[in-house]
Amino acid sequence: MNLLGKLDWSAIPLDQPIIMGASGGMVLVIVAILSWVTLKGYVPYLWREWITSVDHKRIGIMYIILALIMLLRGFADAIMMRAQQAVAAGGAQGYLPPEHFDQIFSAHGTIMIFFMAMPFVIGMMNFVVPLQLGVRDMAFPTLNSVALGLTASGILLTNISLAVGEFSKAGWVAYPPLSELQYSPGVGVDYYLWALQISGVGTLMTGINFVATVLKTRAPGMSYMRMPVFCWTSLAANLLIVAAFPVLTATLAMLLLDRYLGFHFFTIDGQGNAMMYVNLFWVWGHPEVYILVLPAFGIFSEVVSTFSGKPLFGYRSMVAATMAICVLSFIVWLHHFFTMGASANVNGFFGVMTMIIAVPTGVKVFNWLFTMYGGRIRFTVPVLWSIGFMVTFVIGGMTGVLMAVPPADFQLHNSLFLIAHFHNVIIGGTVFGLMAGYNYWFPKAFGFKLDERWGRISFWCWLIGFYVAFMPLYALGLMGMTRRMQHYDVASWQPWLVAAAVGVVIILAGIVSQVIQLVVSVRDRDRLKVTADPWNGRTLEWATASPPPAWNFAVLPQVRDLDALWNKKQRERTQAQPAQERKFEPIEVPKNSATGFIVAFFSVVAGFAMIWHIWWMAGVGVIGIFLTMLAFAFRDEEEIEIPAEQIARFERANPVEIAV
Amino acid sequence: MTDTQYDRAPGDASALPDVEQGASSGVLVYTIGLGLAVGLTALSFWVANTSLLWVGGISLGLTVLAIAQMGVHLVFFLHVTTGPDNTNNVMALAFGVLIVALVVVGSLLIMADLNDSMMPAPELMNLQMQH
Repeated sequence: MNLLGKLDWSAIPLDQPIIMGASGGMVLVIVAILSWVTLKGYVPYLWREWITSVDHKRIGIMYIILALIMLLRGFADAIMMRAQQAVAAGGAQGYLPPEHFDQIFSAHGTIMIFFMAMPFVIGMMNFVVPLQLGVRDMAFPTLNSVALGLTASGILLTNISLAVGEFSKAGWVAYPPLSELQYSPGVGVDYYLWALQISGVGTLMTGINFVATVLKTRAPGMSYMRMPVFCWTSLAANLLIVAAFPVLTATLAMLLLDRYLGFHFFTIDGQGNAMMYVNLFWVWGHPEVYILVLPAFGIFSEVVSTFSGKPLFGYRSMVAATMAICVLSFIVWLHHFFTMGASANVNGFFGVMTMIIAVPTGVKVFNWLFTMYGGRIRFTVPVLWSIGFMVTFVIGGMTGVLMAVPPADFQLHNSLFLIAHFHNVIIGGTVFGLMAGYNYWFPKAFGFKLDERWGRISFWCWLIGFYVAFMPLYALGLMGMTRRMQHYDVASWQPWLVAAAVGVVIILAGIVSQVIQLVVSVRDRDRLKVTADPWNGRTLEWATASPPPAWNFAVLPQVRDLDALWNKKQRERTQAQPAQERKFEPIEVPKNSATGFIVAFFSVVAGFAMIWHIWWMAGVGVIGIFLTMLAFAFRDEEEIEIPAEQIARFERANPVEIAV
Repeated sequence: MTDTQYDRAPGDASALPDVEQGASSGVLVYTIGLGLAVGLTALSFWVANTSLLWVGGISLGLTVLAIAQMGVHLVFFLHVTTGPDNTNNVMALAFGVLIVALVVVGSLLIMADLNDSMMPAPELMNLQMQH
């Protein structure tokens, strides 16, 4: 028996200069950061305040850091693909061999969806939702930390695949039979599967946690119809996570059984049916689209209403549209595979449902427009992103409705038109939303604003770069270019692909500006320092100090209406109350726990072992996870008490103008 | 607002007297639940083995008993009731049932439709074999 399974020195692609260069650089950066942290003596601080923290704000920030790092990784893949397609015309083969190009587009899709967009969205919800609800933490703080750990494990496994072995070449959807053992005998698909299984469990935990938090822990008086819209859209997104992610886990588990134990769920022989994989994948896949975009819709609602100085137009219709999308998103999934061979009746039904789901989304767009109408709009960076979103997303939505017509889809399926469409809605919707939220809530998280000038430069580079990069793809799709081509013979496509490559360079300038924005803002943090409520906000997160203390609110807010903080400010203005010395009581906050970190460690061990068939090590990983959970279940004390004097001291040092 | 009665935020004074508190989790409730569950289980074994019933109806009868069993578990053990504090649980259950139904029925519909469009099995395609 081989103690290391399939793993040996041939797993490291020493003959591939691009891969070795990239992974060598990655290893160097990691070693540099780790040694810097160790030499500076930051390890105890990081361990105590961040890694073992179960504070939802810290966990949210860590999620977003992960997402930003993976944005860089996924974007590097995008640049490589665009560069390859810009040169590989006619007889040219470009600089990427086919097997490497296949890994790059698979990794790009997987990373951008699962390890950039998802952690970013979850991080945003983690930071904001409890603050908006006016509570002190999530329903299950340690579960939250474990979920972060599992997401990080999936990310780590994906990045290990760069240096050790290979990544999947079967696209981010990994359709069988290509992803079956017969056609993908390497470890690439296994890396994909285990990374997604581990991070998928983490996402499911997050979903359960948020649903419980929104339904069960709200500030006194905050009934459902007084919740901020971002909380509503987060609730809807997390209901979708709870309903959809188990389907993905089950589907990938069946593919794992096919690959590891010779089952025949999706194989050609043995009565398997690969079409069932496609069906189940999109049962998860379509709700996933809304998991990503609904929180972004919530962010736009908050931003538009805050900076227009008006309550959101049509709050109730916004809530109704959100919940309608939540259910409708489960009856449109077949539009991802109209061409698989269903009859006109089935295709027609799902085509019509797809057009119907555009209606609540349209309602939302009009609500934002009417919120801005007649408002005194302050054109800050979050507002720029929101307006950019409205224009871009409407274009993307209309191309989507166009493809909802099955005969049109037969022409456009798997063409670059489709690629342009979904980048149009995911970048124009989710990414713009996350950037708006990042600029909007950054002062709340760190106590200083992000630099406006670099923020604007970054926005314009992103917006222009997006159009230059993706509008040519629409044209190419109509000209018949399919996705995932390593090289092509049609010379007339090349000018369009060169234009798209230029667009990616402009987006790169946008990303570089964002890095500069962050550096400049940290450098000038004294100049950009803010108090609790820098934007004249409407919701409860602006009622506490920036950054908020571990206990969020010294006294739990009493909510009397929608836009709780705004209305409170109006009342205070009309009836000036004498400042009264407030009395504080000790607050219990959840105790730090290393459970998340240890579980993540053992999941990486187990996942890596399963990928390389090192069975004993997989056993160690699974037993390690189990024992960690057991140890957590038998813990003696769950909470620590923060004394009233400490709270009073903090409140004196960070006076909040408005006590809700 | 009309739904505030059922939509009570934590910390709000209850609009309704808390008469149901604890009543749904007492020993009595579990005993009744256990009795019903055991009774339904025994009944389904009896239905499956008896010759007194019409054979064609047995599978239908077993289905009915199975659904009743689910109901007993939900009400007596998982405490999904119609009380005001139970709105969340009922809604979550309804949402879950709806989604599972959509996914299962939709998948069956799609896969059956795809099967109909498949080429017939090779034995049927081979005309020489059809005499």
